[in-house]
Amino acid sequence: MAFLNEKVETMPREELEKLQSERLCNQVRRCYENVECFRLRMDELGLRPEDIHGVEDLHRLPFSYKKDLRDYYPYGLFATPLKDVVRVHASSGTTGKRIVVGYTRNDLKLWDECVARVMVAAGVTAEDFVQVSFGYGFFTGGLGAHGGAELIGATVIPISSGNTANQIQTMIDFGSTVLCCTPSYAMYLAEEIERMGVKDQLKLRVGIFGAEPWSEDMRRQIEDKLGLKAYDIYGLSEVLGPGVSGECTEQAGMHVWEDHFLIEIIDPDTGAVLPHGETGELVFTSITKEAFPVIRYRTRDICSIIPEPCKCGRTHLRMRKPNGRTDDMLIIRGVNVFPSQIEEVLLKVSGGEITPNYQIVVDRVNNTDTFDVNVEMSENFFSDNIKEVEKLERYITEQLRSMLGIGAKVHLVNPKSIARSEGKAKRVIDKRKI
Amino acid sequence: MIIKQLSVFLENKKGRLFAAADVLAKNNINIRALSLADTSEFGILRLIVDKPEEGKAVLSETGVVVRVTNVLGVSMADVPGGTLGALHLLADAGINVEYMYACVGQNTGKAIMVMQVSDLEVAEGVLRRGGFETVDIDHF
Repeated sequence: MAFLNEKVETMPREELEKLQSERLCNQVRRCYENVECFRLRMDELGLRPEDIHGVEDLHRLPFSYKKDLRDYYPYGLFATPLKDVVRVHASSGTTGKRIVVGYTRNDLKLWDECVARVMVAAGVTAEDFVQVSFGYGFFTGGLGAHGGAELIGATVIPISSGNTANQIQTMIDFGSTVLCCTPSYAMYLAEEIERMGVKDQLKLRVGIFGAEPWSEDMRRQIEDKLGLKAYDIYGLSEVLGPGVSGECTEQAGMHVWEDHFLIEIIDPDTGAVLPHGETGELVFTSITKEAFPVIRYRTRDICSIIPEPCKCGRTHLRMRKPNGRTDDMLIIRGVNVFPSQIEEVLLKVSGGEITPNYQIVVDRVNNTDTFDVNVEMSENFFSDNIKEVEKLERYITEQLRSMLGIGAKVHLVNPKSIARSEGKAKRVIDKRKI
Repeated sequence: MIIKQLSVFLENKKGRLFAAADVLAKNNINIRALSLADTSEFGILRLIVDKPEEGKAVLSETGVVVRVTNVLGVSMADVPGGTLGALHLLADAGINVEYMYACVGQNTGKAIMVMQVSDLEVAEGVLRRGGFETVDIDHF
């Protein structure tokens, strides 16, 4: 059993909770002093930082939400002077405006450590060649996995996402032993490798997959086709990026690095904290991050905590794979998509008049997500001229791509052809069986 | 004459064209000329019918998008090269033809060309002065 930081990862609960309490109190004080949004919410509840004595008081703190990131865009939630911020990342918000998070040098260090802990727990060593096929850029996947692998001392192959033929050739030529990407892309690569008949030229042994939901069945298929052990990594930009939690070789839930992140499961309706084992909304508090700390951040992921200790010896709690959302967010090809973003594009296209009716249809064909947007035609949209209608279709497609960062197939359909129940159109049809 | 044409947006699905023709037939509306333009994703059905306003109403009721568009009806000899003279005149006048389709006139035996052009009124004048007769729906 390998550990990156055995002392911390196997720390007795009592000691761990003491450490958490100390860090939480500091973080609450820092946020109160530096983050207006948090201070206002504390004042509203009549709470002072000194009222928080430790993790036992966590439930008294106010929640924070994705909406806050939009309201305080871009830097309003940062808790350090901007000169101490050494990097920003961004991801999609619920509307056109993306959300921005920042990292100090210490934050990057702790991020690298969290990712490295997951990788080491999955058996990655300095001997490994780690092919990072997550996208690099604003998306936290690429640079997150990159930093973790470098910390271990593995050889990083920073290929980023896309270009499947090049991915496979690189695996063969460079002797990649570890693959980091989304599970659906791993599946796609696996099938291409099978089709090309080059599996025996691969040296893959470990897969670190995340950023979208996947099933045990998918895991078995990927493991079988790629000849590796597949591990789940979890994270979100608002809390850190990948590495908030990850699986160990037991493949039985993801250890949350609790010396940095406090995990709670709450009832999404009442906000009440639920006992370990029960299913509810996943909430995180980052107790060490400097530039962009979050207190009781509502992830909207539906999840549960595994109460039993893990056989691997780590004392940090495990969370199950999230298996749904409390909002309408979709994850398509690893990218977060909100129906409200599509609505915003259509409103713009229609010149601010009535938004045309639309429907999003998501499916998985050959292990790749398909993404179709049906838009109801209306008289003010329709021109007798083919070129004009095609132009409209293209315009919607381009606008969606620039808003979402992924391509959608746009279909103009007859008015009132999108099924309505109780007068309300069903906005999303997700046919994927995951 | 400038005449009224119905333009119907057709989703690329089986039975859409039939449904449009069917509702016209059931309401005793006669199609005098038609053309269907299509792309891989959708089609536009263009119709000259004897009762355009009624036609639009019954088509709209079936849930399709219909627009009444103005086009030009031009009568010409039904012989090889019959359209050439008209096209020549329009080209000389710098008028763009967006689309056109033809049928044979009911009583006259002459061909009738339905034209969509960049400027209907100018085109009509040019064609008339060049000796072409522009016609209304009764001539179809």
